[in-house]
Amino acid sequence: MDAVDVAFTEAAVGAGISTVLMLGTLALTARSERSSSRSSFVPLLAVLVTGAALVYGTLDMPSFGQSDAPAQTHVGPDYLERIPHEVGVPNAVTAILASYRGYDTLGETAVVFAAGIGVLMLISGLRTRRRKEEDDPDTGGSA
Amino acid sequence: MRHHLILRVITKLLVGTIFLFALYVQFHGDYSPGGGFQAGVIMAAGFIIYGLVFTLDKAQQVFPPWLVHKLIALGVLLYAGTGIYSLFAGYAYLDYAALDPHHPEHGQHYGILIVELGVGITVTAVMVAVYYAFASRAPILSDEDW
Amino acid sequence: MDSGTLDFIVGHLNYWLFILLMMTGLYIVVAKGNLVKKIVGLNIFQTSVFMLYISIGKVTGGTAPIFPLDMKVDPDVVYSNPLPHVLILTAIVVGIATTSLGLALIIRIREEYHTIEEDQIAEVENAVLKSEQWASEQAAGEHS
Repeated sequence: MDAVDVAFTEAAVGAGISTVLMLGTLALTARSERSSSRSSFVPLLAVLVTGAALVYGTLDMPSFGQSDAPAQTHVGPDYLERIPHEVGVPNAVTAILASYRGYDTLGETAVVFAAGIGVLMLISGLRTRRRKEEDDPDTGGSA
Repeated sequence: MRHHLILRVITKLLVGTIFLFALYVQFHGDYSPGGGFQAGVIMAAGFIIYGLVFTLDKAQQVFPPWLVHKLIALGVLLYAGTGIYSLFAGYAYLDYAALDPHHPEHGQHYGILIVELGVGITVTAVMVAVYYAFASRAPILSDEDW
Repeated sequence: MDSGTLDFIVGHLNYWLFILLMMTGLYIVVAKGNLVKKIVGLNIFQTSVFMLYISIGKVTGGTAPIFPLDMKVDPDVVYSNPLPHVLILTAIVVGIATTSLGLALIIRIREEYHTIEEDQIAEVENAVLKSEQWASEQAAGEHS
């Protein structure tokens, strides 16, 4: 589907990071799932109804690859027309990402930053180390 | 991992190539597929494979945690700082024409490079920090898990 | 089946496949009690949304949105819409960062509750709530 940048990202993330994280979590928690006594009928029904509603919603959608679909007639081609003389960067995805949608990318970077800080605060051990020092009177903690 | 000779030799050969590739993706991102997000993830993957094969301590000697923690913030600051610079130069926030007022197109080019570098630094540091946090935690295993 | 119906089915098959994937993820999130499995379900759900966006950006006969190096754009060349690519590219990296945050929360939950099963966490919570109620009732009885 011509999305070279996305394919690249997904390959790097999927091969490099997410496998390590999932396996790391499994090693830190439990290996097996306890069998649940809940019936799976209600979730199945809810999922089927939601799916049917969504399929009904797609009946009005434009066909795959249709060149006069709403997504292809407004801002997308406008970017493609303006990038060569306004930004002058061959890769249109990079030009939009960093220049036209710079605010968006700044926000996304801030989300990655916040998620990283959250992980550090939850499990990096910085906090527990400090708490141990406070509990131990010899190290001159607040206790 | 002391006895995994092939694994260690191959990793030593590969890690340098991975870092080189990450830098290529980072700075060639405006000509070919790539950019800060991809480069950051590839760079972090290089550190992660090093940590997996040569133990976490060795990886933390190369890339100490305090540096990682500072780089997380540095990337975002670089990005936001570019915007603030253009604000003080009399342009709109994140208008890269401010970086080279005589050639706005060159300014756009510089701006994209700096901003992508900021993104790359933050993504690398966050991914490595997450890996350090997960890996440095001793697993608590109860008997029923095994 | 006439050719119009066939064209319709072929043109919309992508949406239906993504809905199938999305419903698989939703089912895992709703039906499974294991928190790690819930995160996996959310990831599957997320992937289906990514694929929906990318498929919307496709233009028949189009190519990847990368211009020639000299920036002399041939007007006859059709490019796919780059905007969905931009949105999803950032969303993938943000997605893995938020997933790691969720996994970190699970690890902390496991340390406090010694389980990552939803119903067992609820049992522990109920027991704590009951003992707190009992304690407050005792305190109220002593005062009167």
